[in-house]
Amino acid sequence: MHIVVCIKQVPEVSDVKVDPETKTLVREGVPSILNPFDEYAVEEALRLKKKHGGEVTVITMGPPQAREALKKCLAMGADKAVLISDRKFAGADTLATSYTLSRAIAKMDFDIVFCGKQAIDGDTAQVGPQLAEFLGIPQITYVIKVEVDPEKKIVIAHRETDDGYEVIKAKLPVLMTATKGLNEPRLPTVMGIMKASKKEIKVLTFEDLGGSEEDYGLKGSPTQVVDIFPPPVRAKGEKIIVEDPKEAAAKIIDFLIKRDLI
Amino acid sequence: MITVDKDKCTGCKVCVRSCPFAVITIVDGKAEIGEGCTLCGVCVKVCPEGAITITRDRKAKVNLEDYKGVWVIAEYNEGNVRNVTLELLGKGRELADKLNEELAVVVLGHEIKDKAKELAKYGPDKIYIAENKYLAQYTTDAYADIISGAIVKYKPSIVLFGATPNGRDLAPRISARLRVGLTADCTGFDIDEDGNLVQTRPAFGGNIMAKIISPYTRPQMATARPNVFKKPEPKEKEAEIIEIPSKILPISIRTKVLETVKVGEQAEVSIEEADVIVCGGRGVKSPENLKILQELAETLGGTIGGSRPIVDAGWLPQHKQVGQSGKTVAPKLYIAAGISGAIQHIVGMRTSDTIISINTDPEAPIHEIADLAIVGDLFKIIPELTKQLKQVIAERSK
Repeated sequence: MHIVVCIKQVPEVSDVKVDPETKTLVREGVPSILNPFDEYAVEEALRLKKKHGGEVTVITMGPPQAREALKKCLAMGADKAVLISDRKFAGADTLATSYTLSRAIAKMDFDIVFCGKQAIDGDTAQVGPQLAEFLGIPQITYVIKVEVDPEKKIVIAHRETDDGYEVIKAKLPVLMTATKGLNEPRLPTVMGIMKASKKEIKVLTFEDLGGSEEDYGLKGSPTQVVDIFPPPVRAKGEKIIVEDPKEAAAKIIDFLIKRDLI
Repeated sequence: MITVDKDKCTGCKVCVRSCPFAVITIVDGKAEIGEGCTLCGVCVKVCPEGAITITRDRKAKVNLEDYKGVWVIAEYNEGNVRNVTLELLGKGRELADKLNEELAVVVLGHEIKDKAKELAKYGPDKIYIAENKYLAQYTTDAYADIISGAIVKYKPSIVLFGATPNGRDLAPRISARLRVGLTADCTGFDIDEDGNLVQTRPAFGGNIMAKIISPYTRPQMATARPNVFKKPEPKEKEAEIIEIPSKILPISIRTKVLETVKVGEQAEVSIEEADVIVCGGRGVKSPENLKILQELAETLGGTIGGSRPIVDAGWLPQHKQVGQSGKTVAPKLYIAAGISGAIQHIVGMRTSDTIISINTDPEAPIHEIADLAIVGDLFKIIPELTKQLKQVIAERSK
């Protein structure tokens, strides 16, 4: 069984601050990490490999620095890593990104494609389903449990919904997006890190993927960011310290009435 | 294209610091734009020398004029239309009026016609209906096939979905099929002077807002966060009913839903659509204590949620988690009980209309973003609050 896992290197969003003067993001000193939702995807791929045998390939599109995220996946136990990198891919939105990934993955012989539910920098959750469409395979998003029958070539997955989950069956090949609750991702071991450092990361460029330049990067991106601005600032609230619960409750009720909430 | 005028650039690094994507470096004393640039334009705005320019020279491949009208894709949950659909009809009406075009709602389902017709009172000029027994339950393939087909046939200019689990599963599939722009989880919509849909959405955990357009492709597609737009008041109004082609071959549906399982309370609204959320954190101390939060939530007509630690401990199911690894919510009222307010929690709830925090720790970060911060003991205050609320409500109904 060949499992391909799409990953992304992202800034540690919770460390990102906004410069109060320029009102722009301060990225200096903010570490880059493997997107947390992708860790669930990598972990599940490794578990399926352990159970059923096969191979796990991690793939990302990004600048050369994205190697670090791939190395972490190799250290966790992935077999192969692919970096799609070319200046022609720069400026890609989710559509161009998923198209680019599909060009690379379509050339591989795969049974399952895993993605994280979404990346914590963009939070779009769009690349998974868009990639599935470009690959022409079914998708199961937000999976919290996966069982594969390699003989029958079927997968049964639990898909998280608003108030529980759906049990979904699909034939392989399939694309699934992993969310929290699927598993507890392992930490790379020292041994794993050493092994990973010796592994080669294959680099794919525009020449390798082929097709029309019009479909990649900025040119292949229908969406365009036209402005970035800070979110509206919340008005400073009132902080009160109250010993008497009766008084505290009365305060809250007054406040709710004033705000027309009850 | 983005270019740096090397003669004007002084290498001051202001752009380096401001780039949200960290792709600008200084090479030989001049700014250099690296891979990963999205042309967001922040560097253009901040450059004190005016050395950076963006030129956009792309042209549309289709005739944009052929695409007219605003569509809202309706979503039903156990036969009831979801609030986000109605909210989008309200916003959609506004957009359609600005464009001087029609507003339509698209309803897919089985034996759903009567219910679909009821949507007329929320403002659409047209109601498109696709009925088929294979549409009774949501599947990506069946819904994507029918809606893509209808878009190709009727050519709307804007198509809006609720940013629900199904909306966010479906919309990207259709956008890839039609190769059109899609913007996720929007919190604002407007029309610019060229008639493009301007989509506003938070990014980087809500640290910044981005305005996004899709000027070269049609339709312009977006998913919208529930609870952000106002639900319109129902009015007596007629709408034209149009049945859309809904032929489905069962073999085209490649995922089979074997079972739908509900976890937790049966009759609750989803946390993303609730008007009131009472959210518990570590300070709740034990799963039994969630009862007092539940009772307050019920009294206020809301639902209960949890921060990551208590969901990880198994006190509440995963779909109740608010925060970065859970759900992003924006209710009218958010009561944080025993939550300290880690940044990962705050990014999931900071756009709530009104926030009340109850925590014994006066230094808890949650108090800083609350509209009313109560430094006190939730075990004493919440039962008392529920009691007094019940009295207030009982008196009113007399």
